[in-house]
Amino acid sequence: MAFDSFGAFIVMEGHGPYVWACYFVFFLLMGAVMFWSLRQRRFVIAQQRRRTDSTPVRAESPAGASFTRIEPSQD
Amino acid sequence: MATEFTVTLRSPEVSVGTATAMKAVFVRDLKTAFRQPQDLLNPLLFFVMVVTLFPLGVSPEVSFLQQAGSGILWVAALLSVLLSLDHLYRHDFDDGTLEQLVLQPQPLFLLVLAKSLAHWVLTGLPLVLLAPVLGVMVHLEGNSVAVLCLTLLIGTPVLSLIGSIGAALTLGLRSAGVLLSLLIIPLYIPVLIFGTGTVMAASEGAPVAGQLALMGAFLMLALTLAPFASAAALRISLSNS
Amino acid sequence: MWQIFHKLGSPKWFFGIASTLMPWLLWVGVALLVAGLGWGLAFAPQDYLQGNSYRIIFIHVPSAFLAQSVYIMMAVAGLVTLVWRMKLADVFVKAVAPVGAVLTFLALFTGAVWGKPTWGTWWIWDARLTSMLILLFLYFGVIALGAAISDEKSSARAVAVLVLVGVVNIPIIKYSVEWWNTLHQPATFKLTEKPSMPAEMWVPLLLSVLGLYLIFGWLACLRMQTEILVREGRTRWVQQLVQARGD
Repeated sequence: MAFDSFGAFIVMEGHGPYVWACYFVFFLLMGAVMFWSLRQRRFVIAQQRRRTDSTPVRAESPAGASFTRIEPSQD
Repeated sequence: MATEFTVTLRSPEVSVGTATAMKAVFVRDLKTAFRQPQDLLNPLLFFVMVVTLFPLGVSPEVSFLQQAGSGILWVAALLSVLLSLDHLYRHDFDDGTLEQLVLQPQPLFLLVLAKSLAHWVLTGLPLVLLAPVLGVMVHLEGNSVAVLCLTLLIGTPVLSLIGSIGAALTLGLRSAGVLLSLLIIPLYIPVLIFGTGTVMAASEGAPVAGQLALMGAFLMLALTLAPFASAAALRISLSNS
Repeated sequence: MWQIFHKLGSPKWFFGIASTLMPWLLWVGVALLVAGLGWGLAFAPQDYLQGNSYRIIFIHVPSAFLAQSVYIMMAVAGLVTLVWRMKLADVFVKAVAPVGAVLTFLALFTGAVWGKPTWGTWWIWDARLTSMLILLFLYFGVIALGAAISDEKSSARAVAVLVLVGVVNIPIIKYSVEWWNTLHQPATFKLTEKPSMPAEMWVPLLLSVLGLYLIFGWLACLRMQTEILVREGRTRWVQQLVQARGD
């Protein structure tokens, strides 16, 4: 350990703010890029699934429409 | 008339040599440019106006202008070349000439080189000719003015050549102008550094032959490589539209 | 040989390989990075000249190193795009350019913050900082051009040309910025001239460089997968894959 106490580790003889600011921004930005990339992939997968779900339905819909039976209320 | 036309289309031996084609492209660009003299004048006016802004905006002190003058002139020249680049291929692209150019049997990069040189004659060269007047206005010493013109003479063709790559890449895009500057300015930095650095060295009485030789090397590099890149970029942009 | 090459170019094949590789890349990368940074922050000895502020080196150097090598990788991929028209190469360039820009920004930011205690000022027109700034501009140009051209194929090839033009220019820019810097101000401070580092300093540095490399690999795989999903959305295998994924 290069420091005597945890306090000394945080302060770093006055250089603490600079060092910690750098590490903070580094982790913030890298984390943001990683998180955002993950979310983007999930979003794209969801979007594609919605599209593949809807395509067969759309293909059958004209046929389905012609056989639609209207059920009047029984009341 | 009609038979002649088919002959030129069919037989390769009737098609002109590469040098003739380059000359034809070069002369044609000059001719079409002179039909709209205002377009030629605008970058020059821009150059003068930008240079005028600095004494007004920063300081009219002789000592400041003497020190910053070469930089101001170089930045202004760079910006006005940038401004004129949009015209390099735009008209030919709009009226279809460019597609004909790409279809020519002569190598495209040589025709592109001819076009870039024509662009330099139309914008870079007038800037070089105008520079001494503005150099005196920003109080550059006699020797510095000469060196400045020399650096501009070597440097502006590089600007035109590199710029033609950017112009070809952004051809036919929306907001091409801003994008063009974004792509090209970083590539202009070495020319700017050596252009102003040489003039600064000259004003301090240092020898400048080595730096001028380096700028010459930039020019040679741009002459040999840039036409290939812009020819490739032109083909891409044309296949896009 | 050529079969492997064609396989490499197949998005479907890549997607599978990437999926198996990604957990390894991520967790080994994170472990290495955490080990390197923890060691560097808490256990590495203090620098006798710069004090503790030198501990920024453990993130500054990896970011700067990676920022430059990402551009070179993009240039290689650009060449592959132009010569072999390989789809994946372009997917790589598009996926990786924003990451490269972020890394360049990080290198610049940490360099500037490091400069404050060392040089007494946030920004100095130091040759290395300036050329990193220009590298950032080059990244922005690549991203902007890629976004501006809607046609996929033209966009791929135009970006490839731009990246290659940029990579030819990088050494010229670097050299001229260094020359300019020595002209304008004598190099009083030099970041580069470190006294030969003791092992307690360079081993954690090496660890964090490796860690960041692996994390970059993970990011590249992930973002390439996303790009492939967008582009190949109409193919059967993507549709099946999308259906199979429960999440």
